[in-house]
Amino acid sequence: MAVITDSTGEKLWQLRTRTESLKKWLVWFSVLVVAAVAWRYVSANTQWIFVVDSPRQAADLFGRMVPPRISYIGRLWGPLWDTINIATLGTLVALVIAVPLAFLAARNTTPHPLFRTVALFIIAFSRSVNSLIWALMLVMIIGPGLLAGIIAIGIRAIGFISKLLYEAIEEVNREALEAITATGARRSQVIFFGVVPQILPALAGIAVFRWDVNIRESTVVGLVGAGGIGLYLNHAINRMAWPDAAAILIVIFLMVLSSEWVSSKARHAII
Amino acid sequence: MLSVKGLTKRYPNTEISAIEDITLDFPDGQVIAIIGPSGAGKSTLIRCINRLVEPTSGEIWLNETNVCNLKSESLRKLRCRIGMIFQEYALVDRLTVMENVLSGKLGSVSLWKSVRRKFPQPVVKSAFEILDRVGLLDQVDKRADELSGGQRQRVGIARALLQQPELLLVDEPTASLDPKTARQIMRLIVGLSKEYNLTAIINIHDVVLAREFTQRIIGLRDGSVVYDASPAGLGTETLGAIYGEEDWSHSTYESDNNDSDSAAASIDEKLGALK
Repeated sequence: MAVITDSTGEKLWQLRTRTESLKKWLVWFSVLVVAAVAWRYVSANTQWIFVVDSPRQAADLFGRMVPPRISYIGRLWGPLWDTINIATLGTLVALVIAVPLAFLAARNTTPHPLFRTVALFIIAFSRSVNSLIWALMLVMIIGPGLLAGIIAIGIRAIGFISKLLYEAIEEVNREALEAITATGARRSQVIFFGVVPQILPALAGIAVFRWDVNIRESTVVGLVGAGGIGLYLNHAINRMAWPDAAAILIVIFLMVLSSEWVSSKARHAII
Repeated sequence: MLSVKGLTKRYPNTEISAIEDITLDFPDGQVIAIIGPSGAGKSTLIRCINRLVEPTSGEIWLNETNVCNLKSESLRKLRCRIGMIFQEYALVDRLTVMENVLSGKLGSVSLWKSVRRKFPQPVVKSAFEILDRVGLLDQVDKRADELSGGQRQRVGIARALLQQPELLLVDEPTASLDPKTARQIMRLIVGLSKEYNLTAIINIHDVVLAREFTQRIIGLRDGSVVYDASPAGLGTETLGAIYGEEDWSHSTYESDNNDSDSAAASIDEKLGALK
């Protein structure tokens, strides 16, 4: 903020001084320069001949997908059920580990800063790797199938749930905790009587939200052999059975739509 | 009897002490108001007494207990003997009135029992009695965040009383309440202290309330005691010494002639009519 006195002694006010404005424009200018350079680089590495062709290719693929083989949907109920189970069990597995982890990671409930550091590391580790990559590795370790999918989804969700939950724990009303401490309660009682009731709505919201995300992710882990409907999608694409693939995409779309509906209903009921 | 000797608290990374070399005696059953400007050390002083704040040096004795030497388990036992009431009520909003009141007895219940809310029947019985006494018997199962400010403070008072404390620490009990409710809450706290023969130390901003309801007023300024006597001695000079120079003539007995008394009374009436 700049207050300048002009020659007549009147005070002028502007949000920024001249140098501040100049800096601001410089920042924006450099962003533009970086974008231009990046575009040149991408452009030089693109096979434009294929890109020019893309509308025709898309139309061609779409043409081969239509009409979808609706009768194929009858065979998809099993894998669909598997997919929902991967998501649900994955969420439950994640919750069992993520909730205690969040209490270790939150500044106001951690028993020792060392626990907090370790917990934060586990959270970052879980979050840094996509569930598809976890699935890829787990299929190699424990073989293809549902279990690999459940664990992959679970591992990825631990970090997500823990991070949001420990932030909620750190934001609880501290005065209430101080009051319970002042009555002579144990630290564990302060957590169970003071912290837990305050974070329950957040926990429920986070869990339902993650379940919803997991439904979507569990449709993908099948692509690498970790069970569920993705496995069928992969087969259909490999066989170039495009009407089958289209039927699967429709089913996935409907499932994601209904899971979103369920999760939004559930969240409204809880909060 | 609560005795504070040479109590000093300096927070980390600060130049000056929040409270400096405070020595005070609080006889049993006395109701004391601590007044002083924001930052004078009122909150720090009462939080040192139940060790929510760790004193830097000095001694605190509650009857035969040396408060400053206590380690975890015995510190917990000490805190069970001291009730505390807060400015913003400090309730757990999502718990019911009864659960909030019962949290006063967590110190004598195991973790497992407290998680399942299994409190001994004598505790539940006395919780009902106290809720009746503070006028909340019909609100037992309501969630704390459904109550008004005055009702919430009554829950806070009930929680402290359920502890059957020897000492009541009260931190700005009326600062978040309207003038009428503030008077009612103050009357309730002082009345209950007398009823249970409790020593009560009340931090309060409102000089008029402090003078009306307590027998002894301690004035803090910059962490030191600058006044410690009966409310009657609190004149323009002493208020100036506690809070700094201002026109205090309307807040003291000294200038109170009949005119200003009746003026105050008529203002009280008008305020009463507003309620």
